[in-house]
Amino acid sequence: MNTPLRRVGMAMMVMIVLLLGNATWVQVINADEWRKNSLNRRVLLDEYARKRGLITVADGTVIADVKETTDRLRYLRVYNNGPVYAQVAGYLSVTYGTSGMERVENDLLNGSDDRLLARRVSALITGRDPVGGNVQLTLDAKVQQVAYDQLTAKGFTGSVVAMKPGTGEILAMVSTPSYDPNRLASHDSNEQQAAWKALTAPDNGNPLINRATQGLYPPGSTYKVVVAAAALADGKNKDAQYTAAGTINLPGTSNAPFPNFNGQPCGPGQTVSMETALAKSCNTAFGEMAGQVGKSKLTTQSNKFGFNNDDLRVPLAVETSSLGAIPDEAALYQSGIGQRDVRVTPLQNAMVAATIANGGKRMQPYLVSKILGPDLKSIEDTKPDDVDTAMSSANAGVLRDMMIQSEVNTGGEGRLSNIQVASKTGTAEVGGSSEESRNKAPHAWYIAFAPAQKPEIAIAVIVENGGDRGLGATGGKVAAPIGRAVMNAYLVGR
Amino acid sequence: MKGSPVPTGEGSPGASVATSTSPGLRPPTRRGTELVMLAFAAGIVTLALILVELNQERSLSLRILWLGLAYLGLFACAHLAVRRWAPYADPAILPCVALLNGLGLVVIHRIDLALEGAPSADGTTVWDPVAFKQVIWTAIGLVLFAATLKFLSDHRTLARFGYTFGLIGLVALMLPGVLPGFIAPEINGAKIWLRIGPLSIQPGEFAKVLLMVFFAAFLVSKRDLFTIAGRRFLGMDLPRARDLGPLFAAWGVAVAVMVLQKDLGSSLLFFGIVLVLLYVATERAAWVVLGIGLFSGGAIIAWKLFTHVQQRVANWQDPIGRYDVFGGGYQISQSLFGLATGGIGGAGLGAGRPEMIPERNTDFIAAVIGEELGFVGLAAVLLIYMVLALRGLRGAISVRDSFGKLLGGGLAFALCFQVFIIVGGVTNLIPMTGITAPFLSYGGSSLLANYILIALLLRISAAARAPQKAPKPKPQQPAIADQHTVMVERPK
Repeated sequence: MNTPLRRVGMAMMVMIVLLLGNATWVQVINADEWRKNSLNRRVLLDEYARKRGLITVADGTVIADVKETTDRLRYLRVYNNGPVYAQVAGYLSVTYGTSGMERVENDLLNGSDDRLLARRVSALITGRDPVGGNVQLTLDAKVQQVAYDQLTAKGFTGSVVAMKPGTGEILAMVSTPSYDPNRLASHDSNEQQAAWKALTAPDNGNPLINRATQGLYPPGSTYKVVVAAAALADGKNKDAQYTAAGTINLPGTSNAPFPNFNGQPCGPGQTVSMETALAKSCNTAFGEMAGQVGKSKLTTQSNKFGFNNDDLRVPLAVETSSLGAIPDEAALYQSGIGQRDVRVTPLQNAMVAATIANGGKRMQPYLVSKILGPDLKSIEDTKPDDVDTAMSSANAGVLRDMMIQSEVNTGGEGRLSNIQVASKTGTAEVGGSSEESRNKAPHAWYIAFAPAQKPEIAIAVIVENGGDRGLGATGGKVAAPIGRAVMNAYLVGR
Repeated sequence: MKGSPVPTGEGSPGASVATSTSPGLRPPTRRGTELVMLAFAAGIVTLALILVELNQERSLSLRILWLGLAYLGLFACAHLAVRRWAPYADPAILPCVALLNGLGLVVIHRIDLALEGAPSADGTTVWDPVAFKQVIWTAIGLVLFAATLKFLSDHRTLARFGYTFGLIGLVALMLPGVLPGFIAPEINGAKIWLRIGPLSIQPGEFAKVLLMVFFAAFLVSKRDLFTIAGRRFLGMDLPRARDLGPLFAAWGVAVAVMVLQKDLGSSLLFFGIVLVLLYVATERAAWVVLGIGLFSGGAIIAWKLFTHVQQRVANWQDPIGRYDVFGGGYQISQSLFGLATGGIGGAGLGAGRPEMIPERNTDFIAAVIGEELGFVGLAAVLLIYMVLALRGLRGAISVRDSFGKLLGGGLAFALCFQVFIIVGGVTNLIPMTGITAPFLSYGGSSLLANYILIALLLRISAAARAPQKAPKPKPQQPAIADQHTVMVERPK
């Protein structure tokens, strides 16, 4: 009987080896998959037990603070002025995870980032509790506040993005409707659930989304500056002549009208210059211009402004702006006025304005100016990075001058008295067919930079669905006053 | 075996055959080794307890001293019992058990601390620490252990009561399945408990040992029947159809347990033990192949018919995906999360979050160990189990009588197979089936039954190592095939 007994012994060893092998798989090789699973609350609870780092804006004002508590989760996240910064700072919730900076800089804030390793080790030795690193944002508290107030004063749904053209620093990033992240960070799970339910209710305007980076909108006439840039690159100048007709037929069709705003002719003559066409935002002229430039060059020019960049991180992830398929000549005309399938984020449109302002050099936009250790010593400073040359500086100057004329032609309130502004408005039709679009209030756009000759701030403003003006809304009436107020806040009194 | 026929001096020829020691000297009992190893185990357990207290930021209270001293005292008594009644027993077995049992106590105490003040599943906040109860159970278990050693001076006596044990075991195994709910309630989906007053017992744990005694006795007495070859098929000698009776009976019981009690783990354990006993008794792999085929067939049919079997399999395949399903992968997911978070080195005893793992101090205690002691700790525990089972098997291999070989082999395999089923389930190697981890899990029945099991293993190993008292009448030993008939014969 000893032979089978020895074999049973072998079988027993095999069983234990199988268990050891499987334990190796679960605990070592594949451990990360389960350790980092969002359903695994151990990691989150450990993070709460550590003092999380702060998020501050440019002047050092703390927007995400921590407060010690007596409950099981030792530290409570406190958001100062929560709704103003909600989408950028994000939230930290036991039940609902993280978003915004809280998510993308999580490792740093919770202290597990490798750059904090030395400090963690010293905390281990000295017996102090490890603490997270701090994140300092580029946001300007005053500009951010004004942008938020402007959008919320009339209950607009929309977004404002402001950038420093020379560096790419993001000065303001606002998305409305907003919310108070403190409710989601509450340690009371009922409070969290109630807040989450309210925020995700279908008729609540989706406040959790950051429209500045995640909202994709047709750019409407603001896209004409990109078309103009493509035409200039193609060898045209500001006096190049295009049709002035009030309505043309789309190429390849016999009865598909392509009208100017209200069907008005662009000028008294048969043709009109590029400069006038931009200033008056004539659709027929820009349809023709896009047709002449062609799909390929228009795409190239757009990409140089930052379109079709799938992995733009600021470090918040940014949706990809794109031109769409453009299957035929008619689609090319429609794309030339920022309709059809052209979709941009407010951040992308701010990048267009900033790039023109910066003499054609596109700077990488960024929100984090520096990260600091728990001792407030800087660990890493973000350096401005020019990623592409979208236009020659001469052409950028020409486009800037045309945009100054556009600002002169733009109505709306709040014009800056002593500061010259270069801008372009947009009134983007929403919905596919023209029948549909006539019954839906358009999105109002305004992109601009100032002072025109020595730009310090570039902005993009969008107000969804006409704001308070409904079907009669235009970019000039609804979005321009907000943009001007924001630029004014930054430029005046500094 | 090791035949070294050099009979000189006062030693008998038989002694030199039985042991590898030089003739003329009594073989060493190695009880001193056992004591040293027990002290080592006590050291580890005490250290573990202190770690828990420190990590939980508690002062070293008197209660700890109580637990520690109780532990030391209990195993000192167990050691004395072995020294007196089974002096030649294997010295490694008791320390392994002591270490596992002690570690189990520490972890159960640690889970008690984690649950203090936390609301339980039904919303009440009654704190029910069970570590002390487990100490009591350990004490009772060790009393049973000592009693078994005292009153069972020769394991072969058991063979005489084989059929009696078999009947009691069968009744005990089936009882909870057939009794009405008020006395045999369904707890966590399994109907394996008997509730008598304030006590809940799992008769299946005892049935395991009883039935093993029965099968060993039965197979030894009827051994030659099973070795008669039937037809040859695919290079294997198939047994004759009429000899398949016991196998079919065991299969029937296993299926009944699976169906009536919804206890997949016990069913698998029971059937695996029977198969191994058959294989060892007959030395023929055909039984194993046939048995595995039968069990697989039964399992597939059960899987088709019963939702509780389907659930277990689905949870095994995708625990995380079925996280929110009722009766779904929540338990396994939490276990995997705990194990993965523990990683290689573990969170540290007392520094993990075992309160998040369901059934943490019974079925899933291995997950708690994996979380707090890490892969290193879990591997150590598994290796202790392996040493324990292999030392038991070693006794079975070197003991002289067939019944002892069969029983010892079966007991050692049962221990190891049970560990495989439960730890495999907790780490999602196989579908989770709720059985206890021997000596670690909280629960009286399991502890008592396993202490009896260990006493039997020690008894068999003692028989293997002890010098034979009287020389056997030479010249001729009976043929090995006839030997059993002498063994089971009732003395005049």
